[in-house]
Amino acid sequence: MSTISINVNGRLHTLELDPTTPLLFVLSDELGLRGPKFGCGMAQCGACTVILRDHVVRSCVMPVSAVGADEITTLEGLGTPEQPHPIQQAFIDEGAAQCGFCLSGVMLTAKAVLDEKPEASDQEIGEALGGVLCRCFAHFRMIRAIRKYADARKA
Amino acid sequence: MSVSRRDFLKRSGTLIVSFSGVSIAEPFAVAQGPFDTHPSHIDPSTLDSWLAVAADGSVTAFTGKCDFGQGMLTTQTQLVAEELCVPIGRVKLVQCDTSISPDQGTTSGSQSTPTNFNSANLAQAAATAREALINMAARRLGEPADQLGVTGGVITAKTGRQVTYAELIGNKRFNILLSATAKRRTPSQWSVLGKPIPSLDRVALMTGQFEFVHNLGVPGMLHGRVVRPPEVGSTFAGLDESSARQIPGLVKVVVRNNFVGVVAEKQSQAVLAVRQLKIRWNAGTGLPPQSTFYDHLRKQPSRDVLLVDSKDVKQQLATAHTVLRATYAYPYQMHGSVGTSCAVADVQADRATVWSATQSAYPTRSIVAKLLGLPVEAVRVIYVRGSGCYGLNGADTVSFDAAVLSQAVGRPVRVQLSRQDEMAWENFGSACVIEQRAAIDSSGAILVWDCENWVASRGGRPGYDQPGNVVTGLLLGYAPEPITPRVPAEPTGELRNRENAVPSYVSGCINGKCGGTGTVRSERVLSHTVQSPFFTGPLRSPLRIQNIFAHECFMDELSASVQADPVAFRLQHLRDARLIAVLKSAANTARWEYRPSPKPGHAKSGTVTGFGIACVVYEGDNGYAALVAQVSVDLASGRILPKKFVVASDCGPISNPDGLRNQIEGGILQGMSRSLVEEVTWDYKRVTSNDWETYRSLYLDLAVELPTIEISFLNRTDVPATGAGETAITVVPAAIGNAIFNATGIRLREVPFTAKRVKAALSAF
Repeated sequence: MSTISINVNGRLHTLELDPTTPLLFVLSDELGLRGPKFGCGMAQCGACTVILRDHVVRSCVMPVSAVGADEITTLEGLGTPEQPHPIQQAFIDEGAAQCGFCLSGVMLTAKAVLDEKPEASDQEIGEALGGVLCRCFAHFRMIRAIRKYADARKA
Repeated sequence: MSVSRRDFLKRSGTLIVSFSGVSIAEPFAVAQGPFDTHPSHIDPSTLDSWLAVAADGSVTAFTGKCDFGQGMLTTQTQLVAEELCVPIGRVKLVQCDTSISPDQGTTSGSQSTPTNFNSANLAQAAATAREALINMAARRLGEPADQLGVTGGVITAKTGRQVTYAELIGNKRFNILLSATAKRRTPSQWSVLGKPIPSLDRVALMTGQFEFVHNLGVPGMLHGRVVRPPEVGSTFAGLDESSARQIPGLVKVVVRNNFVGVVAEKQSQAVLAVRQLKIRWNAGTGLPPQSTFYDHLRKQPSRDVLLVDSKDVKQQLATAHTVLRATYAYPYQMHGSVGTSCAVADVQADRATVWSATQSAYPTRSIVAKLLGLPVEAVRVIYVRGSGCYGLNGADTVSFDAAVLSQAVGRPVRVQLSRQDEMAWENFGSACVIEQRAAIDSSGAILVWDCENWVASRGGRPGYDQPGNVVTGLLLGYAPEPITPRVPAEPTGELRNRENAVPSYVSGCINGKCGGTGTVRSERVLSHTVQSPFFTGPLRSPLRIQNIFAHECFMDELSASVQADPVAFRLQHLRDARLIAVLKSAANTARWEYRPSPKPGHAKSGTVTGFGIACVVYEGDNGYAALVAQVSVDLASGRILPKKFVVASDCGPISNPDGLRNQIEGGILQGMSRSLVEEVTWDYKRVTSNDWETYRSLYLDLAVELPTIEISFLNRTDVPATGAGETAITVVPAAIGNAIFNATGIRLREVPFTAKRVKAALSAF
């Protein structure tokens, strides 16, 4: 066990933990966050995605000790039901989900690629989403929502 | 703490469901009547079982049909708001809690809409409530009922006098039966139903606030994981106790028969425990080779059902002018939910609560009671949404896992399956072989159609008394429902086409009564159910997608054999007006060019494009769809790239056009993934496709080359509502297969149409 401090969605948490614990289990079980979810435990699907140092990481395979002092942003850290982040608002407007289990991977991956490259083409956005799985196949709406967000961001 | 319906009713103004208590059922049981399920303590014939109006005028509706992403939360809420004439925001829907909602069996088979939106159940309950409230208002106001109007839960007389629902019934029971004569609001009157109301859960979902069963926390909760056998048929041989000693946080290793699970303080410790435990297993039973599996299926003893038999097919085929034969094969496929299945159970000495994403809350309650040795009344199952399931994924089995582990440690336990356990042991969609024989007469019409299918089957939904139908039950010592070989009886009564084993083009005549949708009089359909080495169960469009793949591709082969246009040839053999209408609508919308298939003069290199069509009456009577697929084929690589889908849909009156569109869009793309890449694989001992590297699915990078989609809605308001979540997916493999044929001249008779298979077929062509 070690004492580990992590900064999640702007709040600092200090926890007594096995440092090898996957970050996902800390976020979901210790902090009670609902955004990142266990899908595969092998970084194959994206359900556990969070943003760290402006990049998406798969929290199911990252030990909590590897996080360091930088802020982690989860899906619920982007915005609130009252004030959703623009990408969340675009997904709300487009009704871009069915079951919604995959949304952390879809939204955070799209946000990260557009933060890095606001002019990203559909091709580039699509490729960035290559490791994200949505088994309800709500792709049409998701892509429309991402495009809408990207266009609004440029404007 | 105990929560009774009465307590719930009292609190329903604040809409809090306590998750901490167990309701012991009221001491009487009544037959469920319309649900065709087991008796329960909530009588569906009484209005109070379905609806409660609180003192603040809010409405709580109780349904036995749940939402797992397909939109039933929103549409059922719309339904209640519409029938009661209250704003949708005032209606709260409670889904599938065995202590407070009526037993509607399983949410499956595209039956939620036909069950709850037509002339019974939730729809009739809401209509009954409105009628009762108007009658109460008539008495209160001293005005004739037919002179009263209702808006927003306020009843107004022509004189201007008003009374609210809350004043009339707030916090009180109706104490009346559902009325069969209560007038439903008609589609022309609808202001909430039939509108594209955005899904009610979207804001919570998009902002990460939505509580899935995976997110539940119960005070004192521990974390469990299961240890499944290493091979199919392996049995438990022993545990090296010393391997369990050094595992931090381990609370208990639970062994019951062949069921092994661990419980630990933390989830990561449970994961570690599974990795470190040394368990000895006896060798498995072995598996038939995958390479010859379809032949193997056809040679097994089978339970046979003869769906239709005109008794003349043999003779007709023997003397016919042209006979075509073809054999189609469809692989095992997975539900493959993005989130592995999860449940939480709190089992105490005399009672148990299970929070479960099951589609079958009431049946699950019975099975849990059986596994725990508790009376069924002592078990409460509360539905909490999980990852999209598309049928019987691991939600039932993991609920049993959680119950068994919680009982073993006497504390609440959360169990989530590993990816490998989910995929290696789920109830797969059945592998099928479908053999077609047909003859064409000299005029170019189909004279005879003879179809036989072999369906691999093992277990399935556990129902109320078959725990062995899923892996946990099997490991605990219950056998799956047996498949007893049987020769078929003669078909009697009405044509049954629940699984679409009967092609749309035959007349389906049994003793002179023709329940089919087609014209072919010489007909036989024989279905063989064969023992599967793997568990099987309903996967979106179960057996329907397999059968329709074979029927609709074979129809294309028949039309090609007489150089007929595939649409015209279908129309020539159909006599069902609604099926004809969707077929024509899809063809017209796609600007179908009437021509025989395949296209003449195939290119030998580069990319070729083709169009294919397929149609279905889902389950013989539960929704219509026709689909035109436009695909391109890269001749060098064999890669299939769907470019456009045009679908026509008729599901009767549409409850929510946006929800329907979402289902159709998702169904088409899921069908595309299943057509092109998805297939369970195994070696001689075990399933080898047990993660997302080994079981292929299309990902979101599909966005790079996303096909376009166009939908033609035939919104028919003069007929009952049908299901619509499974119609579109059903026709995808056939439409794509037919498009490939149109483009290249090659006929693919085995799903999935992988690039490797396409290339091999092109080389042999």
